[in-house]
Amino acid sequence: MSKKSYRQAINEALAQEMRRDPTVIVMGEDNAGGMGAPGEDDAWGGVLGVTKGLMPEFGRERVLDTPISESAFIGAAVGAAATGLRPVAELMFVDFLGVCFDQIFNQAGKFKYMFGGKAVTPLVVRTMYGAGFRAASQHSQCLYPIFTHIPGLKVVIPSSPYEAKGLLIQSIRDDDPVIFLEHKVLYDDEEEVPDEPYTIPFGEANLTREGEDVTIVAFGRMVKFANEVADKLEKDGISCTVVDPRTTSPLDTDTILESVEETGRLVVVDEANPRCNMATDISALVAQEAFGALKAPIKMVTPPHTPVPFAPQLEDLYIPSPEKIEAAVRAVAGA
Amino acid sequence: MQLNRDDLLKAYRDMRTIRAFEDRVHDEFAKGGIPGFVHLYAGEEASGVGVCMNLDDRDKIASTHRGHGHCIAKGCDAKAMMKEIYGKRDGLCGGKGGSMHIADLSRGMMGANGIVGGGPPLICGAALTAKTLKTGGVAVAFVGDGGSNQGTTLESYNLARVWNLPVIFVVEDNGYAESTASAWSVGGSQKKRAEAFGMPGLEVDGHDFFAVNEAARQAVEWARGGDGPSLIHVRLDRHYGHFEGDAMTYRADGEVEKLRAERDALNIFRAKVVQAHLLESSQLDAIDAEVAAIIDEAVAEAEDASPPGEVDLLTDVYVSY
Amino acid sequence: MPKWGLAMSEGTVVAWYLGEGAEVAKGDDLLDIETTKITNVVESPHTGMLRRQAAPEGATLPVGALLAVLAGPEVSDAEIDAFMAEFNANFEVEAAAAEAAAPEPETRDAGGVAINLLAMGDKTQDTAPIILVHGFGGDLNNWMFNQPMLAERHRVIALDLPGHGRSAKDASAGDMAALSATLLASLDALDIGAAHLAGHSLGGAVAMQTALDQPARAASLTLVASAGLGRDINMDYIEGFQRAGRRKDLKQVLQALFADASLVSRDMVDDILKFKRLDGVEQALATIADGAFAGGRQASVLGHRLHELEAPVQVIWGADDQVIPAAHAREVPATVKVHILDGAGHMVHMEKAGEVNALIEAIVAG
Repeated sequence: MSKKSYRQAINEALAQEMRRDPTVIVMGEDNAGGMGAPGEDDAWGGVLGVTKGLMPEFGRERVLDTPISESAFIGAAVGAAATGLRPVAELMFVDFLGVCFDQIFNQAGKFKYMFGGKAVTPLVVRTMYGAGFRAASQHSQCLYPIFTHIPGLKVVIPSSPYEAKGLLIQSIRDDDPVIFLEHKVLYDDEEEVPDEPYTIPFGEANLTREGEDVTIVAFGRMVKFANEVADKLEKDGISCTVVDPRTTSPLDTDTILESVEETGRLVVVDEANPRCNMATDISALVAQEAFGALKAPIKMVTPPHTPVPFAPQLEDLYIPSPEKIEAAVRAVAGA
Repeated sequence: MQLNRDDLLKAYRDMRTIRAFEDRVHDEFAKGGIPGFVHLYAGEEASGVGVCMNLDDRDKIASTHRGHGHCIAKGCDAKAMMKEIYGKRDGLCGGKGGSMHIADLSRGMMGANGIVGGGPPLICGAALTAKTLKTGGVAVAFVGDGGSNQGTTLESYNLARVWNLPVIFVVEDNGYAESTASAWSVGGSQKKRAEAFGMPGLEVDGHDFFAVNEAARQAVEWARGGDGPSLIHVRLDRHYGHFEGDAMTYRADGEVEKLRAERDALNIFRAKVVQAHLLESSQLDAIDAEVAAIIDEAVAEAEDASPPGEVDLLTDVYVSY
Repeated sequence: MPKWGLAMSEGTVVAWYLGEGAEVAKGDDLLDIETTKITNVVESPHTGMLRRQAAPEGATLPVGALLAVLAGPEVSDAEIDAFMAEFNANFEVEAAAAEAAAPEPETRDAGGVAINLLAMGDKTQDTAPIILVHGFGGDLNNWMFNQPMLAERHRVIALDLPGHGRSAKDASAGDMAALSATLLASLDALDIGAAHLAGHSLGGAVAMQTALDQPARAASLTLVASAGLGRDINMDYIEGFQRAGRRKDLKQVLQALFADASLVSRDMVDDILKFKRLDGVEQALATIADGAFAGGRQASVLGHRLHELEAPVQVIWGADDQVIPAAHAREVPATVKVHILDGAGHMVHMEKAGEVNALIEAIVAG
């Protein structure tokens, strides 16, 4: 056990699974870096260094750099998964989904059903998401609601280094296609992470705080903000439960509903744009299944219905902030 | 590969099975017995069979909208296929895929594909598996002339080349992408496209089983030998429309009748093997009769088979959830 | 502020039992401290008058911070003020030094098994150190209220059994003989001849097996809520512990360990969940449970042989134990001293840490 960053936790999960299972391979743009170039090998280890060191240990046969052709290599990962490998393909930024979505949602996501249950596609697509990097509209989105909408895909959103390692190992061992979303702003966050391999099951929400007054459901980086708000409000006498669902598909609806039954108040924090996102999904769930328990209207804290802006002042306004979450919690708590 | 008599009998049986299957699906669809969309492979038999005769159990293929022929050529069970096309529970895919998604992974058939250009990236992956696990297998992407214009296909040419994958791209050019002529929609040539990506491009007459078979033999030899991908441009014709119900108003008057009379792959095959005294006409007639009986049975069984029940709606989405 | 377990960095004052001016005897309950993992009582280390409560209820202070000042009535308020000022002025420096000197766990090869252990106390103090062995599903942190206190006067080593804590997760041979062999190999690896063996629950059975097999290695034997004295075992607990994958389910299971169920904190449950998720743990626990509790009965009962030992033996139990009945404490020869403590459950060494520590001190003193 030692402190590890979100980046190190992901790297360690990949390395440990590659050691354990020779069918695990990784592929993506510049996953090693420097392919065919005159300078250093393993020059990048991924654009933000997450896969650094894998190529020297496992070789080019298992750490494949790709041309910039997401359609082809994400599709190749799907085909490899359907024929006996366990590929972990990196879609550098989730915003690039637009050029390869077919291979994910029409192929990987549907093989099992279309082929009468006879296909197994143990694919992992790792992808970076989220605002806060001043990366503007095409490198900052939170597109997990789109994946969540597709039956056949599993969608994983780790909120911390411990979560990232255990959920990624589970993703790699899982026999269904998994989309694993890494928030780029979390890569340098650190916490205690076991050295040994471990798994965190899908569809089991984590309660990162337990309180009696308000339930906050949050995803990814927003869990961190929700925890900050819960800790601050605890001192002011408002005690919050923070639910980190960990996976949006499967979604642990039981834990969300049980918590709302206890607190009677719900704030959903979602960094995805507000139409048809997880906040609306969970709000609808609670309105349908736990309406009688509600003591106040549900509040959703989301960005506005705009692309992610570039200017730092605008981007800061765009992202759901701890201040906005706090205001929402105070509003539902009537305090 | 020198084809012996058994090989020739098998080639003819597979081609005849495809033709009989598709002709019968055409008839039954017109009668209203088959739901949905079907896209028939009749007329293109020499391509699927000529290629797949060079493959074995290690090898994978990905298909197109027009996938029934590839299925049969790769060894899928025609009766289970018919049940699938009828949407029955005992169909090849439990009635959940239908004509456009018909597949049998256990036979190395990775599916017809409802997305034009969906197959080539997948087949790069199948080839990557073969290469990584050193199975000796090769992987074949069948693409239409329409699919040859998709970015996925062109990206796959490049990926297969730079990863040096054991892939064969078979472009089945039947002259029409839906209703649009390939003479208009394809810029440049299929062969030169292949060469531009650094792989050999072969051009063959897709009505001639022997020409296709020889080109595929060469391509498979390259792939198995570690020389990477290649492309075969197969020119052929389809006997029916893009889909069943297509009135084919874009085709010339008498076009289909003429190609059926002059460029029918089965007739050409029969004439060659009989003239060369490789097979007797009576042997081929016997196959025709056997196949006709099997297809009759396939349709009767498919009509009688049970549809999936409500319980089947929710299964097979995930391995675990 | 005491340090209970490696992870503790601060604690919160929950409640004072005594007011300023009260006469205090050594061992009296002074106040309750809450950490993220557990709430426990701080006992007075000395006899005297409680002159100052240095921290109000609700205050959160770092490990090593001043909690109380005990002094005789003859000491003036001014002297106490001066002492407190000096303590607080030097505290940060001392805390940093203490942190740097804090013992770190280490890994030893015990007969081919990587065993994690934590050594505390002065190596030169005793010829025979105290060895602490935790129970099924536990780890060396279970001794957080015992090891630091015993280490003030003794060398004390707590270890993680195979399949547990940070020891190797391969417990392929998980029966009593194998666990005992690993304990002996650990002693060998540490160049320890005889030791005062103390074991809790399954760890008690391991210590007992070791003492009976190698009497020369046992300077004394303390069996805390120990397995190996009777056939009964609460299989709902053993199986529930293995099965529970969610915090809520596990919390309910763990509440059976304590007389005061509220002691089961979020962090305690989280730590055990994290342990159970590690590769190999599920299998190791199943192997050990199958070996020790096959068919819902304890496989190894050795209590009737304790008279064979020349070394002193004692049995300590919580009267409210829901995992192994306290009645098993009576299934021992008359030579064995038996202590049944009220108001404590299976984790008697946590719930009644002061009393258990005193009993271990006493048997070590001979």
